[in-house]
Amino acid sequence: MCETCGCGHPHDHSHENGSTHTHTHEHTPVRTIEVQIPALALNQRHADQNRGWFRAKGLTVLNLLSSPGSGKTALLERTLQKVPHAAAIVGDLQTENDADRLRASGAQAIQITTGATCHLDAHMVMHALEKLDVEGLKTLFIENVGNLVCPASYDLGEDKRVVLLSTTEGEDKPLKYPVIFQNADLVLITKIDLAEAAGFDREKALASIRQAAPKATILEISSKTGEGMEAWTAWLAD
Amino acid sequence: MHELSIMSNLLSIAEGTANGAKICSLKVRIGPLSGVVIEALRFAFEALAPGSPAEGARFDIEETQLEFHCPDCGAVFNTPVGAYECPTCGCTRGELRGGNELELISIEVPDDV
Repeated sequence: MCETCGCGHPHDHSHENGSTHTHTHEHTPVRTIEVQIPALALNQRHADQNRGWFRAKGLTVLNLLSSPGSGKTALLERTLQKVPHAAAIVGDLQTENDADRLRASGAQAIQITTGATCHLDAHMVMHALEKLDVEGLKTLFIENVGNLVCPASYDLGEDKRVVLLSTTEGEDKPLKYPVIFQNADLVLITKIDLAEAAGFDREKALASIRQAAPKATILEISSKTGEGMEAWTAWLAD
Repeated sequence: MHELSIMSNLLSIAEGTANGAKICSLKVRIGPLSGVVIEALRFAFEALAPGSPAEGARFDIEETQLEFHCPDCGAVFNTPVGAYECPTCGCTRGELRGGNELELISIEVPDDV
């Protein structure tokens, strides 16, 4: 096989070891085709379709992203009790557990189980929307698969991205996973009730967030005590 | 490990473009904000190309840099991910100009089709 272009045809070559053994082969010429298509072009089309549908229905849509265990579901349990006309789509690899938890608030919750896929994509969301009763809805939360890497690449058609960072994680996580924080509209510091017990360094965390997400609003919240809930719901209403 | 699904997308775009022809090479452009690990993408290519029209093809990656334009002082600057301060005026209001690319730029096919 051709080591230069891999086309299966050996190139012309000669040996420089003093041997008179020189040989050539005919090489099939190649032509270049310009493509310039994003790898996620199909996802982008689906995301744009979702966005158009959300606009037509008057829905504000938020994509919630964080590592597993940062408190996305707990936040939504409390939020769905306080925010009227809201529903959730929730992604996990397996189980309906999170949707069951969220339904207990009385709101609609639709589970997407991704199998082995580490993120939600716009097509999965599109199918989840088929199960959503959109009548009277104003706000839709999409709880992404817990993962600070892959979900960053997939537009779902959302209006805003919310990235959660809990006080029990490292304060420098935004610097370790800068891509997902870079385009956050809001960074929510969760489990603020555990800050003292966890030895959470607030100033260090704020500096990390400001460095990785200079344009994001930063709020602190506890889904357990309700501290910070007013500011979060006010941001949602804004 | 979403590189496998991204590579699968890149290959299907390449195959659609080649329209049945063998693919001799693929060239992709990747920015530091794309969220893609280049080594993982190469691994995915090695895993997915065999048996496809891109089997044995050369896989070229062009890496771009993160580029910002500062709306305050007008500076255009390159910076690593996670450091967004304008080196001229120190503000962090820079507007992203480049760095989130993740696209198939071109392919090569035999010139006999």
